[in-house]
Amino acid sequence: MISHFLKLEWKQFFRSAAFGKSMGAKILIGFFAVYFILIFLGMGFGGFFAIKEMYPEKDPLVVVNSFLLFAITGDLIFRYLMQKLPVMNIKPLLLLPIKKKTIVNYVLVKSSFSFFNIMSLFFYIPFSVVLIKEGYDTNGVLGWLFLMILLVQSINFLNFLVNKNNIAFGFMIAILLGGFLVQRYEIFNLAGYVGQGFDFIYQNPIYSLVSIILLVVLYQLNYKQLRSQVYLDEAIAIKVKEANSSDLSWLNRFGDLAPFMKNDLRLITRNKRTKSSLFILIIGLLYGLFFYPQPLYADKEFLFAFVGIFSTGAFLINFGQFIPAWDSVYYNMLMSQNFKYERYLTSKFTLMCASVIILFVLGIPYVYFGWKILLVHFAAAIYNVGVNTHVIMYGGSFNRKRINLDEKAAFNYQGTGAVQWLIGIPLMVIPMGLFALLNWQIGFETATITLAVLGFIGIALHKKLMLVITKKYHASKYIMIHAFKQEN
Amino acid sequence: MIQTTEISKKYGKAEVLNIAALEIPTGQSFGLVGNNGAGKTTYFNILLDLIRPTSGAITNHDIVVSKSEEWKNFTGSFIDESFLIGYLTPEEYFDFIGDLRGMNKADVTSFLAQFDEFFNGEIIGKKKYLRDLSKGNQKKAGIAAAMMGNPQVVILDEPFANLDPTTQIRLKEIIKKLTENREITVLISSHDLTHVTEVCERIVVLDKGQVVKDIQTSTETLKELESYFAL
Repeated sequence: MISHFLKLEWKQFFRSAAFGKSMGAKILIGFFAVYFILIFLGMGFGGFFAIKEMYPEKDPLVVVNSFLLFAITGDLIFRYLMQKLPVMNIKPLLLLPIKKKTIVNYVLVKSSFSFFNIMSLFFYIPFSVVLIKEGYDTNGVLGWLFLMILLVQSINFLNFLVNKNNIAFGFMIAILLGGFLVQRYEIFNLAGYVGQGFDFIYQNPIYSLVSIILLVVLYQLNYKQLRSQVYLDEAIAIKVKEANSSDLSWLNRFGDLAPFMKNDLRLITRNKRTKSSLFILIIGLLYGLFFYPQPLYADKEFLFAFVGIFSTGAFLINFGQFIPAWDSVYYNMLMSQNFKYERYLTSKFTLMCASVIILFVLGIPYVYFGWKILLVHFAAAIYNVGVNTHVIMYGGSFNRKRINLDEKAAFNYQGTGAVQWLIGIPLMVIPMGLFALLNWQIGFETATITLAVLGFIGIALHKKLMLVITKKYHASKYIMIHAFKQEN
Repeated sequence: MIQTTEISKKYGKAEVLNIAALEIPTGQSFGLVGNNGAGKTTYFNILLDLIRPTSGAITNHDIVVSKSEEWKNFTGSFIDESFLIGYLTPEEYFDFIGDLRGMNKADVTSFLAQFDEFFNGEIIGKKKYLRDLSKGNQKKAGIAAAMMGNPQVVILDEPFANLDPTTQIRLKEIIKKLTENREITVLISSHDLTHVTEVCERIVVLDKGQVVKDIQTSTETLKELESYFAL
């Protein structure tokens, strides 16, 4: 039976329509995976010696143990955000003479081999090898390793239980932050106490067997939960949410752009993919905090331009790069309605401009780190409005990939093609390079003013540019209709 | 009047459509019948300028559809669910289409009032997004939207499929009413011979992209069609 399942999955993987197309994305993900594996391996082999060098008076194992609480909660949070229960397409199997027990067990066991579980082993195993080499008690280390492996598995199953539960998520964040804060201000060493538990296991490896009970209990709980859901109306069914109609009539002031703008706002707020990219907005807005507080970057003015373009253009870049693919599902219908293409594009333009202005205003507090920053952000905002909006819409006419709106955004490369990578050059690299060059050769004022002037030129030429862009969209109409029909 | 001249569509070497001449006068209720792959949807897609013909052209009220977009002002259509915007409620969708067709909110409301019976209380005020409606109810919304803004031409691909029997009967009444004054041209494709013969005054049979029969509907038509397809 298992071999049947495996064969099915094999075929599903290689025969999926997206297989060839998304090969690039897969390679990229594979690249990340290798990168993380190498980092973990490095930490595993080198960690022992690194810690020894930093804290010569401490036992490296104890140091690692005292951080495990953070590692485990961090892992859980990471999984909470990223990992999905590996549901195979159960629906067609329900009618076949396969015991539901088998299906559930298969799904659960398969999850044990997920990349998330294997990844941390790349740290724990080499670390244990080094420990034994360095003369630690073999039984103790093996007991510790055994515990870690089973803990990783337990986290795996715990994650499925708490997933979709925001309270549990809050709790995890609280442990992570709280644990860090009480330790930082030396109120209470929570992680240290937990670490002592791991020390104890090293000294008495036989107790690591307790983790088997934990794993079995979690597995059973998962089994029970999933077993009760192998019905059409449970886990497999699509949950229907009640529609919330928000009143968007305030948009009516935009005249004949209003219907499209209303639609775009609804598109953004009602679909998984777009909703999760709203988080990227927050990251974009706070992006400057990575650089500005550090004295190292205080005089690197070219960074201001980069952060300025990025933080005021976070929405523009995220939303703009997939125009008109956002509407790909119903592109047919739009193309048979009587409206001018320009109207459609102008509504997107207006939305992006509004976002740049809003993000700039929200970013004004950056003035705390110096007025120069605010000045550059202002110039960058103008550049975004005048130049980048047009560039990204022009780039959009090369979009050939359908986007299904119901899927998450993180690590979702659907709809991504060469366009999305290439467009980054004029969008980010050119303004930043230009700014850096002028700033270096002539001066800060010239660089800032140039950025703003380019933006103003773009605004002045708006009508003309829109004509060119509209023409381009018209020319690609049939190719887009055809391409957007292809389900991945 | 919709004029088709020397139209063909090829994908590589395979020819999926080849119509030498087809003229649909204004006010006619026109039915397109054929097995799977006969070219019905391809014909509608070319008529809506969603795909380009390999050769030839279709003229909709003196406008070559691939040259100008003016035909969109008086043509309403529903091909499949991809014509719906899944994340909108039906009301919002009707408002959106209404906006594009120059109707204000009051126009839309009074327009929808005619469809009360057709909707059977399952579309309006249900607090559901279109993507969460059943196939049949999605179709009802799409068909109604195709008739918004007083179109001169209404194109419906397989309108009867997925509808429940009551709604099928109501849809037939709606279509008959549309063509009553002989001002609105209605184009329908269907697999259901009974329905088309009942609604359409003229039926064209496509097979492998070619017109094989062009019949003015009479009492014998259903029998004729049945014997043709019974091969």
